[in-house]
Amino acid sequence: MKLEPLGDSAVLATLEAGNGGASLARVLSFAEAVVAAKRPGITDVVPAYGTVAAFYDPSRFTKALGDAYGEVCRFLESCAGRPGAAGPAPAGRLLEVPVCYGGIHGPDLERVAELCKVSAGEAASLHAGAEYLVHAIGFTPGFPYLGGLPEALRAPRRDTPRAHVPAGSVAIGGSQTGVYPVDSPGGWQIIGRTPMALFRPAETPAALLRPGDRVRFRAISPQDFSSWT
Amino acid sequence: MDVSVVRAGMQTTVQDLGRRGHLAEGVPAGGAADPFALRVANLLVGNAEDLPALEVTLIGPELEFAEAAWIAVCGARFENVPAWRPVRVEAGGRIRFGKRLQGCRAYLSIAGGFDVEPVMGGRGTLLSAGIGGFQGRALRDLDVLRSVRSERNLSGHWSIDERVLPHYSPEPTVRVIPGAHAEEFGEALYTGRFGVCARSNRMGIRLEGPRLARAGSGDLVSTAVAPGTIQVPPDGNPIVLMVDAQTLGGYPRVGHVASVDFPLLAQLAPGDGVRFSRTTVGEAHALARALEHRIALLHQGLSEKVRSR
Repeated sequence: MKLEPLGDSAVLATLEAGNGGASLARVLSFAEAVVAAKRPGITDVVPAYGTVAAFYDPSRFTKALGDAYGEVCRFLESCAGRPGAAGPAPAGRLLEVPVCYGGIHGPDLERVAELCKVSAGEAASLHAGAEYLVHAIGFTPGFPYLGGLPEALRAPRRDTPRAHVPAGSVAIGGSQTGVYPVDSPGGWQIIGRTPMALFRPAETPAALLRPGDRVRFRAISPQDFSSWT
Repeated sequence: MDVSVVRAGMQTTVQDLGRRGHLAEGVPAGGAADPFALRVANLLVGNAEDLPALEVTLIGPELEFAEAAWIAVCGARFENVPAWRPVRVEAGGRIRFGKRLQGCRAYLSIAGGFDVEPVMGGRGTLLSAGIGGFQGRALRDLDVLRSVRSERNLSGHWSIDERVLPHYSPEPTVRVIPGAHAEEFGEALYTGRFGVCARSNRMGIRLEGPRLARAGSGDLVSTAVAPGTIQVPPDGNPIVLMVDAQTLGGYPRVGHVASVDFPLLAQLAPGDGVRFSRTTVGEAHALARALEHRIALLHQGLSEKVRSR
């Protein structure tokens, strides 16, 4: 495990692994061990792509005056050695997300189809035919970075990002796909839109998806989209 | 007690000291961009230091107070608004922010605090998600805010010793802990002045100055980033992430601004400039402890001037 300061209030742990970084399961298992230790002063634990960041309140790590960073590092190392830390991560759930592909809800579907040399309908079927894995949550509240995009659907980000992408937009960026949970700027190709809320601030947790969850998209009609409640 | 928004100003939001524990859901901590100014503004009117106050940006609001109240304004300085001291506003009285004199963001506290519901453990406004604060958005003309009623006796006609304030300046030097990719950028970050672009906001301060050319190449995987992280996109113009920044980032991290200097970043206005100097995590922690000590002393001194009844 490589540890580095992410400023004076966070430590970034990069887990060692072979090609392509540590597996998602290992990352989630380690993140879970850090959370489960319930160490006072650790405020947030953020897993993403082979790394886990632990955010801390330096004033709570004063045992060795002047070495709060070292204390947090030692704590993280102890979590890595903890029995169960390398064990299986909690099994992800499988969620189905309805998507209305193309038209006003997916203004870039035609362009993506053209880039991928398939028809718009085929592009939508390919997207809805695969099962995806949530690798990370971030960018905006509840935004899932989904791996598992069929190679045939890989499409570069837009040259000019849109200033306004409506909440629910389903998009492709390179080899990843994702869903914009809140209105935001965005540079990915928008191929459809879901009426499902992926960010629900009144609920706990507010983000519908967690890393490790699996996602399937189901094509719905514009009528289904409009009448969704 | 009602506080009416006569004119909202450019971007006036309710802020506190932010939310914790939701970064893994993609929700940034948010809260006051200049937490020092918010804390002191609260202490000056006898509040707990984390109560929600108004964050005023560049162009201030005009507010009308239905009843007499104690308020304090800290941070950026504006004409017509006494700073860093408690101010008594009479019933029906108005506070009108005039021309901005220095800084970018001012914090207006009111004895008792503004009355807004917590969302995800914070009362601050997260504009990007439309949650928290006053209806999840910046204030508009004719909004009516409420404050929690409080009866306090404050003795007026004094202000805090300016020596306890951070070294606010339109041309500050802020301290940086080198980041994972610091060596790929050499000395460029530490040798020049970087101008603050107009596109800066609570998510990030966009800078233009010496181009930061990366010796390495290749895409990086996205990892967690933090407020203060200095990212370098391919165009070589660094972005300093602020309190509302995205929680994950995939650009090289040349460094991270020490927390103790966040107030200096928060007060940078478009056209201002910033320089960077190197520090270490240990030094940053020592500076943070010293700041907490100064605030504790201030708190102690103020509690003798503020009595609740």
